[in-house]
Amino acid sequence: MPDLSATQLYVKAAKLALADAGLGKHDVDGLITCVSWAEPYLYHAEMIAEYMRIFPRYCITAPAGGGTTLTMLHHAASAIATGMCETILITMADSQVSGLSRDKAIEAMATAGHPQFERPYGPPIPAFYALIAQAHQHAYGTTDEQRAAVAVACRKHASMNPAAQMRKPIAIADVLNSRPISDPLHLLDCSLVSDGGASIVMTAAERARDFPKRPVYLLGAGEGHSHEHLSQALSLTTSAAKESGERAYAMADLGPQDIDVAELYDCFTPVVIIELEDLGFCPKGEGGRFVENGRIELGGALPVNTHGGLLSHCHPGHPGSMFAITEAVRQLRGACGVRQVADARVALVHGQGGFMSSHGTAIFGNEMV
Amino acid sequence: MAETHGKPVPVPTRETLPFWEGCRRGELMIQRCGECRHFQFFPRLYCSRCMSERVEWVRASGGAEVSSFTIVRRPVSAAFAADTPYVVALVRLDEGPTMMTNIVGCSPESVRIGMAVEAVFERLTDEISLPQFRPRSG
Repeated sequence: MPDLSATQLYVKAAKLALADAGLGKHDVDGLITCVSWAEPYLYHAEMIAEYMRIFPRYCITAPAGGGTTLTMLHHAASAIATGMCETILITMADSQVSGLSRDKAIEAMATAGHPQFERPYGPPIPAFYALIAQAHQHAYGTTDEQRAAVAVACRKHASMNPAAQMRKPIAIADVLNSRPISDPLHLLDCSLVSDGGASIVMTAAERARDFPKRPVYLLGAGEGHSHEHLSQALSLTTSAAKESGERAYAMADLGPQDIDVAELYDCFTPVVIIELEDLGFCPKGEGGRFVENGRIELGGALPVNTHGGLLSHCHPGHPGSMFAITEAVRQLRGACGVRQVADARVALVHGQGGFMSSHGTAIFGNEMV
Repeated sequence: MAETHGKPVPVPTRETLPFWEGCRRGELMIQRCGECRHFQFFPRLYCSRCMSERVEWVRASGGAEVSSFTIVRRPVSAAFAADTPYVVALVRLDEGPTMMTNIVGCSPESVRIGMAVEAVFERLTDEISLPQFRPRSG
């Protein structure tokens, strides 16, 4: 999106979300943003407030990473419940292609890892996830074809989404024949580098009752945080998605069997397989078999990443899973057109940041349960 | 972080200096708790199990087992292009802690999870030698 800068993406998305909620900017008294790589500011949320000329009483720039969107949603709900503010705008965006360039974005990502104990060994980001994939494959016999099935499902859904970056359907063989990046991961096991942004408005359920569009309710949220550096992880094959999921299910008083559609963090294909296990959709070790035969595609038992995910819709960095949240809202409103999950009533969204380090799970419903 | 031919070179901190001094001598140094005998790596101010500050530096055997590995086909930066493909691995030291490392001294395709390896030290600068691992001899 070369026509909009990173900052413009933040404020453009904010305007769209406010219009969707039928609110004006002065209704906002809480603001959450994430840091931008393309246009960094020391006090980013304050800068967005200043740009929009709003004066919130709750104002946070979220740290970094893919789990941030979900953990911030949890914080926003808590801030509203405790009376810190009434209506929070969460707006996140970045401009990784036009603002940074694809090469610069990849170069910036190369600074991941511990400066003394990891980076000297030259691990690119896919290598961290390849270590996870390899361990899972060794322990449970997960295959290249099973990981590829995740990419195929996401692309199929993206082909039905005019907003998606990569829309040409792919087959398992296309994934296996794509360029090897870091064994066992191929190019099409890896997510995209994108420009993009999305916003959501959160307020108390009773305040949303007279909004022009039907609100979606946050029924449960939970977090789990296990490490920062992969070499310090207690397990490569079980993540803190287990704890974040259990906490979200407990708050919602629901379980995996109640979920109609799941939007799961998919920076790399093996992550989805591990999340399906850790979030209780199948026993540990069976995630690979779970994704076979179209089970996570539309029409399958559990449609996953119905917008196309980070693998095929877009991945602008920190804001990546904002689109998972907006997709869940659209699914629960029945507003997804050809990619609508029939009778979707409960959606689960999961995000993780770092290297399976920081997890957030949210469960949404189209009714207050 | 200093750079050698564009590769990142570790800059020791007060907390990590004994580790890097050990590497320069060809010794893999980790911490052991003086109270509960727990071994740990990365170095910390206190024991990550019992919080005792009586942590002491001890020389690890240098023996380890590969817990996971990947053959990197697309290097992280141009500085690693000449080494590509190279193996990034996580190895579990005989004493318990896990380290990230490269597996060297064998073909990348021959690396396996569970493989026994031993530490070797690559001299990067006068101050810094980087611990890597190769298949265990004998």
